[in-house]
Amino acid sequence: MYVAVKGGEAAITNAHRLLADRRRGDRTLPSITIEQVAEQLGLAVDRVMAEASLHDRSLAALAVRQSRGDLIEAIFLLRAYRTTLPRFGSSVPLDTATMQVERRVSATYKDLPGGQLLGPTFDYTHRLLDPSLLADEAVDEPASREAGGEEVMRVSDILAHEGLIEPDGDLPQDHEAGDLTREPMEFPMGRDLRLQALARGDEGFLLALGYSTQRGYGRNHPFVGEIRIGEVEVEMDIPELGFAVSLGRIRVTECQMVNQFKGSSKAPPQFTRGYGLVFGQSERKAMSMSLVDRALRAEELGEDITAPAQDEEFVISHSDNVQATGFVEHLKLPHYVDFQAELAMVRRMRADIEAARNGETEMKDAAE
Amino acid sequence: MATNTEAFSGGFSNPVFESQSIFRMLMDGMARPGTVRDVEHDAGQPEPLGQAAGAIALTLCDHDTPVWLSAGYAKSSVADWIGFHSGAPMTREKAEARFAFVEAGAALSSFGLFSAGTQEYPDRSTTLVIEVAGLDEGQSFTLSGPGILQTRSVEISGLPEAFLRLWADNRPLFPRGIDVILTAGRRFICLPRTTRITA
Amino acid sequence: MSADLATYNFAYLDEQTKRMIRRAILKAIAIPGYQVPFASREMPMPYGWGTGGVQVTASIIGPDDVLKVIDQGADDTTNAVSIRAFFQKVADVAVTTHTKDATIIQTRHRIPEQKLTEGQVLVYQVPIPEPLRFLEPRETETRKMHALEEYGLMHVKLYEDIAINGRISKTYAYPVKVDGRYVMDPSPTPKFDNPKMHMSDALQLFGAGREKRIYAVPPHTEVVSLDFEDYPFEIQTFEQDCALCGAHGVYLDEVVLDDKGGRMFVCSDTDHCEDRREHGHVGAMLAQDSVKGQEAAE
Repeated sequence: MYVAVKGGEAAITNAHRLLADRRRGDRTLPSITIEQVAEQLGLAVDRVMAEASLHDRSLAALAVRQSRGDLIEAIFLLRAYRTTLPRFGSSVPLDTATMQVERRVSATYKDLPGGQLLGPTFDYTHRLLDPSLLADEAVDEPASREAGGEEVMRVSDILAHEGLIEPDGDLPQDHEAGDLTREPMEFPMGRDLRLQALARGDEGFLLALGYSTQRGYGRNHPFVGEIRIGEVEVEMDIPELGFAVSLGRIRVTECQMVNQFKGSSKAPPQFTRGYGLVFGQSERKAMSMSLVDRALRAEELGEDITAPAQDEEFVISHSDNVQATGFVEHLKLPHYVDFQAELAMVRRMRADIEAARNGETEMKDAAE
Repeated sequence: MATNTEAFSGGFSNPVFESQSIFRMLMDGMARPGTVRDVEHDAGQPEPLGQAAGAIALTLCDHDTPVWLSAGYAKSSVADWIGFHSGAPMTREKAEARFAFVEAGAALSSFGLFSAGTQEYPDRSTTLVIEVAGLDEGQSFTLSGPGILQTRSVEISGLPEAFLRLWADNRPLFPRGIDVILTAGRRFICLPRTTRITA
Repeated sequence: MSADLATYNFAYLDEQTKRMIRRAILKAIAIPGYQVPFASREMPMPYGWGTGGVQVTASIIGPDDVLKVIDQGADDTTNAVSIRAFFQKVADVAVTTHTKDATIIQTRHRIPEQKLTEGQVLVYQVPIPEPLRFLEPRETETRKMHALEEYGLMHVKLYEDIAINGRISKTYAYPVKVDGRYVMDPSPTPKFDNPKMHMSDALQLFGAGREKRIYAVPPHTEVVSLDFEDYPFEIQTFEQDCALCGAHGVYLDEVVLDDKGGRMFVCSDTDHCEDRREHGHVGAMLAQDSVKGQEAAE
């Protein structure tokens, strides 16, 4: 006889047990440590922190390991943890002008104060698989310059000095930055919230959108004014103390895109800005973010909105990979109740057509 | 200072479960307008705030909900008490208030300055918590609307004189409008904007 | 990294989040059918898998509640099992599969067959809360349409359907009008269940986590499925009875028995079916099996 499927609980337990087994893999191999993940797969950890909006290398490394290297799953794990954390307040805005730069490149000036600093980049590596990594050969200590510690001026400040680039934006003095994890989203949104959404947006999605602007879908003539990667101080104002205290240092990647200029009867021509800031080292993400940020400023700058990357509701509603993966993957949940309804409808519509056809044949037969 | 000790005393002894229980009364009350709920939890609120009103404040108010107080409450330690226990900021602007608390007998001239929300976002409206003399006897009113099977009758004593007229003006604003919770000591009833009231 | 990673509040959500959701629920009840935006949180299960329903349930549930969770009408589908286990873990709450014993029923895609009562709350998991979304993808536009009560486009769309298919072909997530004002998405329940929403004794709450919306239908509230005078709303009917319990006039799942076209129909509401069988009702297939069993024994 027919027995309804039971034992969902046992099935789930067994599936999770199998998952744990596969995650561990061959037991004769040493298991990978969180420290190893954080140290040797650091860019994966960076991406997880950035898109989870939580700066904690150890927890991000744990998430990477727990997710078997599925980074969107790891981002999800870290986000779900993040929501449970109490909010103590907001930090003072990061001052990237005071960054201890590890990498700093500009495409707009050949030489500039502070110089170009390549830092730990894949650029100019020849993409040849390196057998020396198989042998775990000793790695040379990096070359380092004299500890300077001096601040490196921002390229945008060079342009701003001459008034050639639009100002940084003028938020009212009492403007409190919104928090899209605490307030429901509403369109159109302020640039502060939009940048928040982009900063945690999916790297691949923003990359594709940024790319599309270069190919003519919302072109905005970008130049990399500057990319800088390095550590900045995070500070928080403590009202009781009356001054800001340091909470520590974090590594961030900042990209300032210098975009097509614009003038009007009132203002002389000026370059415009696109901005990207991401936790950790992630140049691709920061650059994509600044392209998309600039594209999304179309309305503010009086440009025609013709391309997907300029469409705020479209971009922001679909940039979150945790939301996207959940909804796409929910299609594998049972839908048989609705499918049954569709099945019955299709059968009924076919029967209608069949009946109509038979009716026609009978009429014909009768006429003959 | 006496006011300060009053402000810092009281509060829920078990906030997680007490606020859950008060909320369920509010939810069921809002879903079934006019049904009387009885708040057993004593939140130690200062005079002249009633037990139900105090518990409702602690259940629903926090940093995100500006609170407006009628004159009688405003000059008592009620403001400090709500502020201390819930973190809610006080406002003198009725339109900014997410919650407004009105003491018994206070004159109500208009709901108009409170926020009725917008046509797009009618939820961004003020909820008024008004103290009355009693909810077990008094003038009889008939309620109808969503949440009520045909009609429900309630007895209210000490309802502000202008209330019925103000309520009649509130109803046609729908979906905009303010929502009301009438409190009387330990007891309360909810009157969402959809409820029609006839004397 | 510390071991206190796994210490969560009662019902998982922190108190401030619960307050925010609770305020949204009260406004949702006060404005029947209107979608209240709320700052939905990441939950430890994926978006699209019931995070909205879970957040609503987590915000209303208390130690005295008895929870039932169903998916496709069944208590033992994997996602229902998983959500039920979640609440057992984080809220240590009593659970049941019996509709009549539950105070809170969280559901995906069905409304129980048994009539709900005063003391019960039905919490729906909603994927796309906006009934106008299939006409207009932009929130900025659909919000305006609701504000102006401009639902003409919806009627046009349904009528187009009649012109093409000879009938309204929408079979689930069939739009309803609540208390004569807001057009509302009933979540992807089959339209068979729509009439159960009308003047229900229970409070109905809807949570859409990914889309960050909460809405409600208070008890004893008019819920009318959209239709036309010449094409009135009609629900699915099944020619068969449930093969296990013989129930008629309930929603049935089609079960494929072999690769030769053999199929049977059984109740989608598993609790309803079990309850009937316990009370001695026997469907065609069960009767057949018991005859076979007896013959074998003889």
